[in-house]
Amino acid sequence: MTITDRPLTSMIGLPDGPPDCAAYGRAGGWQAVRRALRDMTPDAVIDMVTASKLRGRGGAGFGTGQKWSFVPKDPAATRRKYLIANADEMEPGTFKDRMLLEGNPLQLIEGMIIAGYAIQAGHGVIFLRGEYHLALNRLNRAIAEARQVGWLGENILGSGFGFEIHVHASGGRYICGEETALLTALEGRRAQPRSKPPFPQVGGLWGAPSVVNNVETLCNLPHIVTNGAEWFVSLGLGPDSGTKLYGVSGRVRRPGAWELPMGTPLRAIIEDHAGGMRDGYRLRALLPGGASTAFLDAGQIDIPMDYGAVEKAGSRLGTGLAILLDDRTCPIGMLHNLEHFFAQESCGWCTPCRDGLPWVERLLNAIENGTGEPEDLDRLHDHARMIGPMGRTFCAHAPGAMAPLASGLKLFREEFDAHIRQRACPLRHAA
Amino acid sequence: MSTADAPLPPELRTRITDLAQAEHRPRAASVSALTMVQDHFGWVSDAHLAETASLLGMSPADLDGIATYFNLIFRRPVGRHVILLCDSVSCWIMGRDAVCARLQARLGIRPGETTADGAVTLLPIVCLGHCDHAPAMLVDRTLHGDLTAETAEQLADTLRAPTP
Repeated sequence: MTITDRPLTSMIGLPDGPPDCAAYGRAGGWQAVRRALRDMTPDAVIDMVTASKLRGRGGAGFGTGQKWSFVPKDPAATRRKYLIANADEMEPGTFKDRMLLEGNPLQLIEGMIIAGYAIQAGHGVIFLRGEYHLALNRLNRAIAEARQVGWLGENILGSGFGFEIHVHASGGRYICGEETALLTALEGRRAQPRSKPPFPQVGGLWGAPSVVNNVETLCNLPHIVTNGAEWFVSLGLGPDSGTKLYGVSGRVRRPGAWELPMGTPLRAIIEDHAGGMRDGYRLRALLPGGASTAFLDAGQIDIPMDYGAVEKAGSRLGTGLAILLDDRTCPIGMLHNLEHFFAQESCGWCTPCRDGLPWVERLLNAIENGTGEPEDLDRLHDHARMIGPMGRTFCAHAPGAMAPLASGLKLFREEFDAHIRQRACPLRHAA
Repeated sequence: MSTADAPLPPELRTRITDLAQAEHRPRAASVSALTMVQDHFGWVSDAHLAETASLLGMSPADLDGIATYFNLIFRRPVGRHVILLCDSVSCWIMGRDAVCARLQARLGIRPGETTADGAVTLLPIVCLGHCDHAPAMLVDRTLHGDLTAETAEQLADTLRAPTP
Protein backbone atom coordinates (compact mmCIF):
# COMPACT_ATOMS: atom_id res chain seq x y z
CA MET A 1 0.00 0.00 0.00
CA THR A 2 1.40 3.40 -0.81
CA ILE A 3 1.72 5.56 2.24
CA THR A 4 -1.38 7.65 2.30
CA ASP A 5 -3.35 9.60 4.81
CA ARG A 6 -6.51 7.66 4.07
CA PRO A 7 -5.43 4.04 3.76
CA LEU A 8 -8.84 2.44 4.35
CA THR A 9 -10.68 4.17 1.54
CA SER A 10 -7.96 4.82 -1.04
CA MET A 11 -9.35 2.09 -3.33
CA ILE A 12 -13.02 2.80 -2.60
CA GLY A 13 -15.27 4.65 -4.98
CA LEU A 14 -13.32 3.81 -8.13
CA PRO A 15 -15.33 4.11 -11.35
CA ASP A 16 -15.02 0.37 -12.10
CA GLY A 17 -16.27 -0.70 -8.69
CA PRO A 18 -14.26 -2.73 -6.18
CA PRO A 19 -10.80 -3.88 -7.39
CA ASP A 20 -10.23 -7.51 -8.38
CA CYS A 21 -7.19 -9.41 -7.11
CA ALA A 22 -4.87 -8.04 -9.79
CA ALA A 23 -6.00 -4.43 -9.48
CA TYR A 24 -5.84 -4.71 -5.71
CA GLY A 25 -2.24 -5.91 -6.01
CA ARG A 26 -1.30 -3.13 -8.45
CA ALA A 27 -2.61 -0.55 -5.98
CA GLY A 28 -0.42 -1.95 -3.21
CA GLY A 29 -2.56 -4.77 -1.87
CA TRP A 30 -1.17 -8.21 -0.90
CA GLN A 31 2.15 -6.69 0.25
CA ALA A 32 1.14 -7.12 3.85
CA VAL A 33 0.12 -10.74 3.61
CA ARG A 34 3.40 -11.48 1.78
CA ARG A 35 5.38 -9.74 4.46
CA ALA A 36 3.51 -11.36 7.36
CA LEU A 37 3.57 -14.91 6.02
CA ARG A 38 7.14 -14.82 4.69
CA ASP A 39 9.05 -12.57 7.07
CA MET A 40 7.15 -12.50 10.35
CA THR A 41 6.23 -14.97 13.05
CA PRO A 42 2.63 -14.93 14.30
CA ASP A 43 3.85 -13.37 17.55
CA ALA A 44 5.69 -10.66 15.63
CA VAL A 45 2.40 -9.74 13.93
CA ILE A 46 0.64 -9.57 17.30
CA ASP A 47 3.46 -7.42 18.70
CA MET A 48 3.29 -5.07 15.74
CA VAL A 49 -0.47 -4.64 16.03
CA THR A 50 -0.13 -4.10 19.78
CA ALA A 51 2.54 -1.47 19.15
CA SER A 52 0.25 0.23 16.60
CA LYS A 53 -2.29 0.80 19.41
CA LEU A 54 -5.10 -0.24 17.08
CA ARG A 55 -8.34 -0.29 19.06
CA GLY A 56 -11.56 -2.09 18.07
CA ARG A 57 -13.68 -0.02 15.70
CA GLY A 58 -16.96 -1.77 16.49
CA GLY A 59 -17.71 0.43 19.47
CA ALA A 60 -15.99 -1.01 22.54
CA GLY A 61 -12.48 0.18 21.62
CA PHE A 62 -10.61 -2.77 23.09
CA GLY A 63 -6.95 -3.08 22.07
CA THR A 64 -6.78 -5.45 19.09
CA GLY A 65 -3.32 -6.86 19.84
CA GLN A 66 -4.32 -7.39 23.45
CA LYS A 67 -7.53 -9.14 22.40
CA TRP A 68 -5.52 -11.56 20.25
CA SER A 69 -2.96 -12.16 23.00
CA PHE A 70 -5.51 -14.14 25.04
CA VAL A 71 -5.72 -16.88 22.39
CA PRO A 72 -3.92 -19.95 23.78
CA LYS A 73 -0.63 -20.73 22.05
CA ASP A 74 0.25 -24.09 23.58
CA PRO A 75 0.49 -27.00 21.16
CA ALA A 76 -2.64 -28.57 22.64
CA ALA A 77 -4.50 -25.57 21.27
CA THR A 78 -3.50 -26.19 17.67
CA ARG A 79 -6.96 -27.68 17.14
CA ARG A 80 -9.64 -25.59 15.42
CA LYS A 81 -9.50 -21.86 15.95
CA TYR A 82 -11.71 -19.22 14.37
CA LEU A 83 -11.23 -15.68 13.19
CA ILE A 84 -14.59 -13.97 12.76
CA ALA A 85 -15.27 -10.66 11.06
CA ASN A 86 -18.19 -8.91 12.70
CA ALA A 87 -20.01 -7.43 9.71
CA ASP A 88 -23.38 -7.35 11.48
CA GLU A 89 -23.61 -3.58 11.19
CA MET A 90 -26.94 -2.84 12.87
CA GLU A 91 -26.21 0.10 15.18
CA PRO A 92 -28.77 2.71 14.15
CA GLY A 93 -27.10 5.62 12.41
CA THR A 94 -24.07 3.57 11.35
CA PHE A 95 -23.13 2.94 7.73
CA LYS A 96 -19.34 2.62 7.70
CA ASP A 97 -18.74 -1.13 7.41
CA ARG A 98 -21.09 -1.36 4.42
CA MET A 99 -18.80 1.14 2.67
CA LEU A 100 -15.75 -1.07 3.34
CA LEU A 101 -17.54 -4.32 2.45
CA GLU A 102 -19.00 -3.06 -0.81
CA GLY A 103 -16.09 -0.82 -1.74
CA ASN A 104 -13.10 -3.09 -1.23
CA PRO A 105 -13.90 -6.63 -0.06
CA LEU A 106 -10.33 -7.80 -0.77
CA GLN A 107 -8.99 -5.40 1.85
CA LEU A 108 -11.12 -7.19 4.45
CA ILE A 109 -9.99 -10.57 3.13
CA GLU A 110 -6.32 -9.58 3.37
CA GLY A 111 -6.90 -8.27 6.89
CA MET A 112 -8.56 -11.53 7.86
CA ILE A 113 -5.67 -13.62 6.48
CA ILE A 114 -3.25 -11.54 8.58
CA ALA A 115 -5.39 -11.80 11.72
CA GLY A 116 -5.89 -15.53 11.12
CA TYR A 117 -2.15 -15.99 10.76
CA ALA A 118 -1.46 -13.99 13.94
CA ILE A 119 -3.72 -16.19 16.06
CA GLN A 120 -3.03 -19.30 13.93
CA ALA A 121 -6.67 -19.82 13.01
CA GLY A 122 -7.42 -21.73 9.83
CA HIS A 123 -11.10 -20.82 9.65
CA GLY A 124 -12.45 -17.39 8.86
CA VAL A 125 -16.10 -16.44 9.01
CA ILE A 126 -17.70 -13.18 7.92
CA PHE A 127 -20.89 -12.65 9.94
CA LEU A 128 -22.82 -10.38 7.62
CA ARG A 129 -26.19 -8.81 8.25
CA GLY A 130 -28.79 -10.35 5.96
CA GLU A 131 -29.98 -7.04 4.51
CA TYR A 132 -26.57 -6.29 2.94
CA HIS A 133 -27.31 -8.03 -0.36
CA LEU A 134 -24.78 -6.11 -2.47
CA ALA A 135 -22.03 -6.71 0.09
CA LEU A 136 -22.89 -10.43 0.13
CA ASN A 137 -22.54 -10.69 -3.65
CA ARG A 138 -19.28 -8.77 -3.73
CA LEU A 139 -17.78 -10.69 -0.80
CA ASN A 140 -18.65 -14.05 -2.30
CA ARG A 141 -17.19 -13.02 -5.66
CA ALA A 142 -14.01 -11.70 -4.00
CA ILE A 143 -13.58 -14.83 -1.87
CA ALA A 144 -14.02 -17.08 -4.90
CA GLU A 145 -11.43 -15.12 -6.86
CA ALA A 146 -8.97 -15.01 -3.96
CA ARG A 147 -9.33 -18.76 -3.56
CA GLN A 148 -8.73 -19.29 -7.27
CA VAL A 149 -5.61 -17.11 -7.29
CA GLY A 150 -4.29 -18.81 -4.16
CA TRP A 151 -4.69 -16.12 -1.52
CA LEU A 152 -7.06 -18.45 0.30
CA GLY A 153 -6.77 -22.20 0.72
CA GLU A 154 -4.02 -24.46 1.92
CA ASN A 155 -0.38 -23.48 2.19
CA ILE A 156 -0.70 -19.82 1.20
CA LEU A 157 2.51 -18.54 -0.49
CA GLY A 158 4.18 -21.81 0.47
CA SER A 159 4.18 -20.70 4.09
CA GLY A 160 2.48 -23.79 5.43
CA PHE A 161 -0.36 -21.60 6.71
CA GLY A 162 -3.81 -22.31 5.32
CA PHE A 163 -6.91 -20.16 5.66
CA GLU A 164 -10.48 -20.40 4.40
CA ILE A 165 -13.28 -17.84 4.62
CA HIS A 166 -17.00 -18.32 4.36
CA VAL A 167 -19.81 -15.82 4.73
CA HIS A 168 -22.75 -16.28 7.06
CA ALA A 169 -25.73 -14.11 6.13
CA SER A 170 -27.60 -13.41 9.35
CA GLY A 171 -31.35 -13.69 9.84
CA GLY A 172 -31.25 -10.22 11.38
CA ARG A 173 -31.13 -9.29 15.08
CA TYR A 174 -29.21 -6.36 16.59
CA ILE A 175 -27.91 -8.46 19.47
CA CYS A 176 -25.89 -10.58 17.01
CA GLY A 177 -23.38 -7.72 16.99
CA GLU A 178 -22.55 -8.68 20.59
CA GLU A 179 -19.71 -11.13 20.12
CA THR A 180 -21.00 -13.99 22.26
CA ALA A 181 -24.51 -13.70 20.79
CA LEU A 182 -22.88 -13.77 17.35
CA LEU A 183 -21.15 -17.05 18.22
CA THR A 184 -24.44 -18.52 19.47
CA ALA A 185 -26.12 -17.49 16.21
CA LEU A 186 -23.36 -19.18 14.18
CA GLU A 187 -24.02 -22.39 16.09
CA GLY A 188 -27.63 -22.36 14.90
CA ARG A 189 -29.31 -21.23 18.11
CA ARG A 190 -31.36 -18.25 19.21
CA ALA A 191 -28.76 -15.52 19.44
CA GLN A 192 -28.61 -14.96 23.17
CA PRO A 193 -25.39 -13.68 24.68
CA ARG A 194 -23.26 -16.02 26.79
CA SER A 195 -21.74 -15.39 30.19
CA LYS A 196 -18.01 -14.75 30.31
CA PRO A 197 -15.73 -16.48 31.19
CA PRO A 198 -14.95 -18.43 29.16
CA PHE A 199 -14.00 -15.60 26.86
CA PRO A 200 -14.32 -16.29 23.14
CA GLN A 201 -10.53 -16.26 22.73
CA VAL A 202 -10.44 -19.39 24.89
CA GLY A 203 -13.86 -20.99 24.38
CA GLY A 204 -15.70 -19.41 21.46
CA LEU A 205 -17.34 -20.97 18.42
CA TRP A 206 -18.05 -24.66 19.12
CA GLY A 207 -15.91 -24.22 22.23
CA ALA A 208 -12.80 -23.46 20.16
CA PRO A 209 -10.58 -20.39 20.57
CA SER A 210 -12.18 -17.60 18.55
CA VAL A 211 -11.51 -13.94 17.92
CA VAL A 212 -14.30 -11.62 16.79
CA ASN A 213 -13.07 -8.37 15.21
CA ASN A 214 -15.04 -5.57 13.58
CA VAL A 215 -14.74 -5.08 9.81
CA GLU A 216 -13.06 -1.66 10.08
CA THR A 217 -10.59 -3.04 12.63
CA LEU A 218 -9.58 -5.87 10.27
CA CYS A 219 -9.31 -3.53 7.29
CA ASN A 220 -6.61 -1.56 9.12
CA LEU A 221 -4.31 -4.58 9.40
CA PRO A 222 -2.83 -4.71 5.89
CA HIS A 223 -1.79 -1.07 6.21
CA ILE A 224 -0.24 -1.54 9.64
CA VAL A 225 1.79 -4.54 8.48
CA THR A 226 2.90 -2.79 5.28
CA ASN A 227 3.71 0.62 6.72
CA GLY A 228 4.56 -0.20 10.29
CA ALA A 229 3.23 0.54 13.75
CA GLU A 230 4.95 3.93 14.03
CA TRP A 231 3.35 5.15 10.82
CA PHE A 232 -0.06 4.07 12.11
CA VAL A 233 0.45 5.85 15.42
CA SER A 234 1.52 9.00 13.57
CA LEU A 235 -1.79 9.13 11.64
CA GLY A 236 -3.79 10.02 14.76
CA LEU A 237 -4.06 13.62 15.91
CA GLY A 238 -4.21 12.76 19.62
CA PRO A 239 -3.71 9.77 21.89
CA ASP A 240 -5.42 7.28 19.54
CA SER A 241 -3.73 5.99 16.43
CA GLY A 242 -4.78 5.54 12.83
CA THR A 243 -7.66 6.94 10.86
CA LYS A 244 -11.37 6.45 11.51
CA LEU A 245 -14.45 6.37 9.37
CA TYR A 246 -16.50 9.21 10.81
CA GLY A 247 -19.97 10.08 9.63
CA VAL A 248 -22.99 12.28 10.13
CA SER A 249 -26.70 11.71 9.54
CA GLY A 250 -29.61 14.04 10.24
CA ARG A 251 -30.50 17.46 8.87
CA VAL A 252 -27.07 18.48 7.62
CA ARG A 253 -26.26 19.68 4.11
CA ARG A 254 -24.10 16.70 3.13
CA PRO A 255 -24.75 13.58 5.21
CA GLY A 256 -22.02 10.99 4.67
CA ALA A 257 -18.98 9.16 6.01
CA TRP A 258 -15.35 10.14 5.61
CA GLU A 259 -12.01 8.63 6.54
CA LEU A 260 -10.24 11.18 8.73
CA PRO A 261 -7.41 11.13 11.26
CA MET A 262 -8.40 9.63 14.60
CA GLY A 263 -9.10 12.54 16.93
CA THR A 264 -10.56 14.88 14.30
CA PRO A 265 -12.63 17.55 16.10
CA LEU A 266 -16.36 16.88 16.09
CA ARG A 267 -16.99 20.43 14.90
CA ALA A 268 -14.83 19.89 11.81
CA ILE A 269 -16.71 16.68 10.99
CA ILE A 270 -20.10 18.37 11.27
CA GLU A 271 -19.26 21.74 9.73
CA ASP A 272 -16.51 21.05 7.19
CA HIS A 273 -17.33 17.54 6.02
CA ALA A 274 -21.10 17.38 6.52
CA GLY A 275 -21.48 21.03 5.47
CA GLY A 276 -23.19 22.16 8.66
CA MET A 277 -26.90 22.24 9.39
CA ARG A 278 -29.38 22.82 6.57
CA ASP A 279 -30.93 26.27 6.27
CA GLY A 280 -33.60 26.79 8.88
CA TYR A 281 -32.25 24.16 11.27
CA ARG A 282 -30.01 24.53 14.30
CA LEU A 283 -28.13 21.76 16.08
CA ARG A 284 -29.85 20.84 19.36
CA ALA A 285 -27.90 17.74 20.47
CA LEU A 286 -26.29 14.63 19.02
CA LEU A 287 -25.46 11.00 19.59
CA PRO A 288 -21.73 10.85 18.74
CA GLY A 289 -21.39 7.18 17.84
CA GLY A 290 -24.70 5.43 17.27
CA ALA A 291 -27.97 4.84 19.10
CA SER A 292 -26.34 3.35 22.20
CA THR A 293 -24.16 6.37 22.99
CA ALA A 294 -25.20 9.17 25.36
CA PHE A 295 -26.36 12.55 24.00
CA LEU A 296 -23.92 15.40 23.80
CA ASP A 297 -25.22 18.96 23.88
CA ALA A 298 -24.76 21.26 20.88
CA GLY A 299 -22.29 23.24 23.01
CA GLN A 300 -20.00 20.22 23.37
CA ILE A 301 -18.86 19.83 19.78
CA ASP A 302 -15.42 21.32 20.35
CA ILE A 303 -13.99 17.97 21.39
CA PRO A 304 -11.73 15.66 19.44
CA MET A 305 -13.47 12.45 18.38
CA ASP A 306 -11.21 10.01 20.19
CA TYR A 307 -12.09 7.36 22.74
CA GLY A 308 -10.90 9.31 25.81
CA ALA A 309 -12.21 12.75 24.91
CA VAL A 310 -15.73 11.57 24.08
CA GLU A 311 -15.85 9.55 27.28
CA LYS A 312 -14.70 12.58 29.27
CA ALA A 313 -17.53 14.57 27.67
CA GLY A 314 -19.96 11.98 29.06
CA SER A 315 -20.55 9.71 26.10
CA ARG A 316 -18.72 7.12 24.00
CA LEU A 317 -17.00 7.23 20.62
CA GLY A 318 -19.03 4.13 19.71
CA THR A 319 -18.99 3.56 15.97
CA GLY A 320 -17.90 7.16 15.30
CA LEU A 321 -20.95 7.98 13.19
CA ALA A 322 -22.98 10.78 14.71
CA ILE A 323 -26.76 11.23 14.60
CA LEU A 324 -27.78 14.88 14.80
CA LEU A 325 -30.93 16.16 16.48
CA ASP A 326 -32.06 19.51 15.12
CA ASP A 327 -34.14 22.16 16.87
CA ARG A 328 -37.29 21.34 14.88
CA THR A 329 -37.37 17.64 15.76
CA CYS A 330 -38.82 16.57 19.11
CA PRO A 331 -36.21 15.10 21.48
CA ILE A 332 -38.88 13.04 23.26
CA GLY A 333 -40.01 11.64 19.93
CA MET A 334 -36.41 10.78 19.12
CA LEU A 335 -35.96 9.04 22.48
CA HIS A 336 -39.18 7.13 21.91
CA ASN A 337 -37.90 5.99 18.51
CA LEU A 338 -34.59 4.87 20.05
CA GLU A 339 -36.21 2.97 22.92
CA HIS A 340 -38.68 1.32 20.55
CA PHE A 341 -35.66 -0.06 18.72
CA PHE A 342 -33.96 -1.31 21.88
CA ALA A 343 -37.16 -2.83 23.28
CA GLN A 344 -37.85 -4.66 20.02
CA GLU A 345 -34.28 -5.91 19.68
CA SER A 346 -33.91 -7.17 23.27
CA CYS A 347 -33.22 -10.90 23.01
CA GLY A 348 -35.61 -11.56 25.88
CA TRP A 349 -33.20 -13.65 27.90
CA CYS A 350 -33.03 -11.57 31.10
CA THR A 351 -36.03 -9.97 32.77
CA PRO A 352 -34.76 -6.43 33.46
CA CYS A 353 -34.05 -5.90 29.77
CA ARG A 354 -37.02 -7.84 28.36
CA ASP A 355 -39.58 -6.11 30.63
CA GLY A 356 -37.79 -2.86 31.40
CA LEU A 357 -37.22 -1.63 27.87
CA PRO A 358 -40.86 -1.98 26.70
CA TRP A 359 -41.91 -0.17 29.90
CA VAL A 360 -39.57 2.69 29.05
CA GLU A 361 -40.94 2.76 25.53
CA ARG A 362 -44.56 2.97 26.76
CA LEU A 363 -43.72 5.79 29.18
CA LEU A 364 -42.02 7.79 26.44
CA ASN A 365 -44.90 7.14 24.07
CA ALA A 366 -47.39 8.42 26.66
CA ILE A 367 -45.35 11.57 27.30
CA GLU A 368 -44.92 12.25 23.60
CA ASN A 369 -48.65 11.81 23.02
CA GLY A 370 -49.69 14.10 25.86
CA THR A 371 -50.89 11.50 28.36
CA GLY A 372 -47.75 11.45 30.50
CA GLU A 373 -47.81 12.20 34.24
CA PRO A 374 -45.06 13.87 36.30
CA GLU A 375 -44.44 10.51 38.06
CA ASP A 376 -43.55 8.99 34.70
CA LEU A 377 -40.31 10.94 34.81
CA ASP A 378 -39.46 9.22 38.10
CA ARG A 379 -40.10 5.85 36.49
CA LEU A 380 -37.80 6.76 33.60
CA HIS A 381 -35.09 7.88 36.02
CA ASP A 382 -35.56 4.62 37.96
CA HIS A 383 -34.95 2.58 34.82
CA ALA A 384 -31.87 4.55 33.87
CA ARG A 385 -30.53 4.05 37.40
CA MET A 386 -31.48 0.38 37.71
CA ILE A 387 -30.61 -1.14 34.34
CA GLY A 388 -28.20 1.50 33.06
CA PRO A 389 -25.05 0.39 34.89
CA MET A 390 -23.17 -2.59 33.52
CA GLY A 391 -23.72 -5.79 35.46
CA ARG A 392 -27.41 -5.38 36.26
CA THR A 393 -28.43 -7.19 33.09
CA PHE A 394 -26.93 -10.17 31.29
CA CYS A 395 -25.19 -8.15 28.56
CA ALA A 396 -24.58 -4.55 27.48
CA HIS A 397 -27.86 -4.19 25.52
CA ALA A 398 -29.85 -2.49 28.31
CA PRO A 399 -26.97 -0.24 29.40
CA GLY A 400 -26.63 0.81 25.76
CA ALA A 401 -30.37 1.54 25.64
CA MET A 402 -30.18 3.62 28.82
CA ALA A 403 -27.27 5.79 27.62
CA PRO A 404 -29.40 8.08 25.42
CA LEU A 405 -32.27 8.00 27.96
CA ALA A 406 -30.22 8.96 31.03
CA SER A 407 -28.45 11.77 29.17
CA GLY A 408 -31.70 12.83 27.49
CA LEU A 409 -33.53 13.13 30.80
CA LYS A 410 -30.96 15.72 31.89
CA LEU A 411 -30.52 17.49 28.60
CA PHE A 412 -34.19 17.69 27.62
CA ARG A 413 -35.63 18.40 31.08
CA GLU A 414 -37.56 21.44 29.82
CA GLU A 415 -38.99 19.54 26.87
CA PHE A 416 -40.12 16.68 29.12
CA ASP A 417 -41.83 19.13 31.49
CA ALA A 418 -43.49 20.99 28.62
CA HIS A 419 -44.95 17.78 27.19
CA ILE A 420 -46.44 16.81 30.53
CA ARG A 421 -47.66 20.33 31.38
CA GLN A 422 -49.21 21.05 27.99
CA ARG A 423 -50.49 17.47 27.58
CA ALA A 424 -49.18 17.50 24.01
CA CYS A 425 -45.97 17.57 22.04
CA PRO A 426 -45.12 21.26 21.70
CA LEU A 427 -42.98 20.47 18.69
CA ARG A 428 -45.00 18.08 16.57
CA HIS A 429 -42.42 16.26 14.55
CA ALA A 430 -42.33 17.95 11.16
CA ALA A 431 -42.37 15.61 8.18
CA MET B 1 -51.50 -20.82 -5.87
CA SER B 2 -51.11 -22.81 -2.67
CA THR B 3 -47.60 -24.16 -2.39
CA ALA B 4 -47.51 -24.09 1.41
CA ASP B 5 -48.05 -27.85 1.67
CA ALA B 6 -46.10 -28.96 -1.39
CA PRO B 7 -42.93 -30.84 -0.47
CA LEU B 8 -39.58 -29.13 -0.89
CA PRO B 9 -38.21 -29.71 -4.39
CA PRO B 10 -35.52 -32.44 -4.45
CA GLU B 11 -32.92 -29.93 -5.62
CA LEU B 12 -33.59 -27.70 -2.60
CA ARG B 13 -33.47 -30.69 -0.24
CA THR B 14 -30.06 -31.60 -1.65
CA ARG B 15 -28.73 -28.08 -1.22
CA ILE B 16 -29.89 -27.99 2.40
CA THR B 17 -28.40 -31.40 3.13
CA ASP B 18 -25.09 -30.44 1.51
CA LEU B 19 -24.97 -27.24 3.50
CA ALA B 20 -25.71 -29.05 6.75
CA GLN B 21 -22.93 -31.53 6.07
CA ALA B 22 -20.44 -28.77 5.34
CA GLU B 23 -21.09 -27.18 8.74
CA HIS B 24 -19.41 -28.23 11.96
CA ARG B 25 -22.86 -29.35 13.18
CA PRO B 26 -25.97 -29.56 10.95
CA ARG B 27 -27.96 -27.09 13.07
CA ALA B 28 -25.46 -24.36 12.20
CA ALA B 29 -27.17 -24.33 8.78
CA SER B 30 -30.54 -23.38 10.34
CA VAL B 31 -30.75 -19.75 9.23
CA SER B 32 -29.21 -20.44 5.82
CA ALA B 33 -31.61 -23.34 5.21
CA LEU B 34 -34.63 -21.29 6.26
CA THR B 35 -33.43 -18.49 3.98
CA MET B 36 -33.16 -20.93 1.05
CA VAL B 37 -36.71 -22.17 1.64
CA GLN B 38 -37.93 -18.60 1.87
CA ASP B 39 -36.10 -17.59 -1.31
CA HIS B 40 -38.00 -20.37 -3.08
CA PHE B 41 -41.50 -20.00 -1.60
CA GLY B 42 -41.45 -16.43 -0.29
CA TRP B 43 -42.04 -17.59 3.29
CA VAL B 44 -41.64 -20.63 5.54
CA SER B 45 -44.84 -22.65 6.03
CA ASP B 46 -45.38 -25.14 8.86
CA ALA B 47 -44.93 -28.04 6.47
CA HIS B 48 -41.69 -26.63 5.06
CA LEU B 49 -40.41 -25.85 8.54
CA ALA B 50 -40.99 -29.44 9.61
CA GLU B 51 -39.36 -30.85 6.49
CA THR B 52 -36.33 -28.55 6.87
CA ALA B 53 -36.04 -29.48 10.55
CA SER B 54 -35.91 -33.16 9.68
CA LEU B 55 -33.13 -32.52 7.14
CA LEU B 56 -31.15 -30.78 9.90
CA GLY B 57 -31.88 -33.45 12.50
CA MET B 58 -33.83 -30.99 14.63
CA SER B 59 -37.34 -30.94 16.03
CA PRO B 60 -39.76 -28.53 14.32
CA ALA B 61 -40.16 -26.64 17.61
CA ASP B 62 -36.40 -26.20 17.91
CA LEU B 63 -36.11 -24.81 14.38
CA ASP B 64 -39.22 -22.66 14.85
CA GLY B 65 -37.53 -21.09 17.87
CA ILE B 66 -34.83 -19.90 15.49
CA ALA B 67 -37.20 -18.99 12.65
CA THR B 68 -39.28 -16.77 14.93
CA TYR B 69 -36.24 -15.21 16.57
CA PHE B 70 -34.88 -13.54 13.45
CA ASN B 71 -36.40 -10.50 11.73
CA LEU B 72 -35.86 -11.67 8.17
CA ILE B 73 -37.49 -15.11 8.32
CA PHE B 74 -41.18 -14.91 7.50
CA ARG B 75 -43.50 -17.48 9.06
CA ARG B 76 -46.56 -16.04 7.36
CA PRO B 77 -47.19 -15.57 3.62
CA VAL B 78 -45.92 -12.37 2.06
CA GLY B 79 -46.64 -10.66 -1.24
CA ARG B 80 -44.61 -11.03 -4.44
CA HIS B 81 -42.64 -7.99 -3.31
CA VAL B 82 -41.61 -7.07 0.21
CA ILE B 83 -40.97 -3.47 1.19
CA LEU B 84 -38.77 -3.14 4.27
CA LEU B 85 -39.08 0.49 5.34
CA CYS B 86 -36.47 1.59 7.87
CA ASP B 87 -37.98 2.81 11.15
CA SER B 88 -34.76 3.65 12.99
CA VAL B 89 -33.62 6.98 14.25
CA SER B 90 -31.92 8.72 11.30
CA CYS B 91 -34.75 7.80 8.93
CA TRP B 92 -37.29 8.90 11.55
CA ILE B 93 -35.60 12.30 11.85
CA MET B 94 -35.61 12.63 8.06
CA GLY B 95 -39.33 11.94 7.74
CA ARG B 96 -39.90 8.21 7.38
CA ASP B 97 -43.30 8.52 9.10
CA ALA B 98 -44.61 10.61 6.21
CA VAL B 99 -43.23 8.07 3.72
CA CYS B 100 -44.90 5.26 5.64
CA ALA B 101 -48.22 7.10 5.82
CA ARG B 102 -48.23 7.64 2.06
CA LEU B 103 -47.35 4.01 1.34
CA GLN B 104 -50.10 2.86 3.67
CA ALA B 105 -52.64 5.10 1.98
CA ARG B 106 -51.56 4.13 -1.52
CA LEU B 107 -51.38 0.40 -0.84
CA GLY B 108 -54.41 0.34 1.45
CA ILE B 109 -52.56 -1.69 4.08
CA ARG B 110 -50.87 -1.15 7.42
CA PRO B 111 -47.33 -2.29 8.23
CA GLY B 112 -47.36 -6.06 8.57
CA GLU B 113 -50.06 -6.51 5.93
CA THR B 114 -50.17 -7.57 2.28
CA THR B 115 -52.20 -5.93 -0.50
CA ALA B 116 -55.33 -7.80 -1.56
CA ASP B 117 -53.81 -8.55 -4.98
CA GLY B 118 -50.88 -10.29 -3.28
CA ALA B 119 -48.38 -7.88 -4.82
CA VAL B 120 -46.82 -6.06 -1.89
CA THR B 121 -46.10 -6.62 1.80
CA LEU B 122 -45.10 -3.60 3.87
CA LEU B 123 -42.87 -4.20 6.90
CA PRO B 124 -40.80 -2.02 9.20
CA ILE B 125 -37.10 -2.85 9.50
CA VAL B 126 -34.29 -1.67 11.76
CA CYS B 127 -31.59 0.66 10.44
CA LEU B 128 -30.49 -0.39 6.93
CA GLY B 129 -27.11 1.34 7.10
CA HIS B 130 -28.14 3.91 4.49
CA CYS B 131 -28.48 6.80 6.96
CA ASP B 132 -26.67 9.30 4.73
CA HIS B 133 -29.56 8.78 2.29
CA ALA B 134 -32.38 8.66 4.82
CA PRO B 135 -35.24 7.86 4.64
CA ALA B 136 -34.40 4.48 3.12
CA MET B 137 -36.13 1.24 2.27
CA LEU B 138 -35.27 -2.13 0.84
CA VAL B 139 -37.56 -3.38 -1.92
CA ASP B 140 -36.81 -7.09 -2.22
CA ARG B 141 -33.01 -6.90 -2.60
CA THR B 142 -32.67 -3.36 -3.85
CA LEU B 143 -31.89 -0.44 -1.57
CA HIS B 144 -33.62 2.90 -2.17
CA GLY B 145 -32.66 6.12 -0.43
CA ASP B 146 -33.45 9.83 -0.19
CA LEU B 147 -37.12 8.89 -0.29
CA THR B 148 -39.98 11.32 -0.32
CA ALA B 149 -43.63 10.36 -0.02
CA GLU B 150 -43.85 10.87 -3.78
CA THR B 151 -40.88 8.74 -4.84
CA ALA B 152 -41.88 5.96 -2.45
CA GLU B 153 -45.37 6.00 -3.87
CA GLN B 154 -44.06 5.80 -7.44
CA LEU B 155 -41.90 2.83 -6.49
CA ALA B 156 -44.84 1.08 -4.89
CA ASP B 157 -46.90 1.63 -8.03
CA THR B 158 -44.29 -0.09 -10.20
CA LEU B 159 -44.46 -3.13 -7.92
CA ARG B 160 -48.19 -3.45 -8.46
CA ALA B 161 -48.06 -3.06 -12.23
CA PRO B 162 -49.12 -6.31 -13.91
CA THR B 163 -46.17 -8.48 -14.85
CA PRO B 164 -46.11 -10.04 -18.32
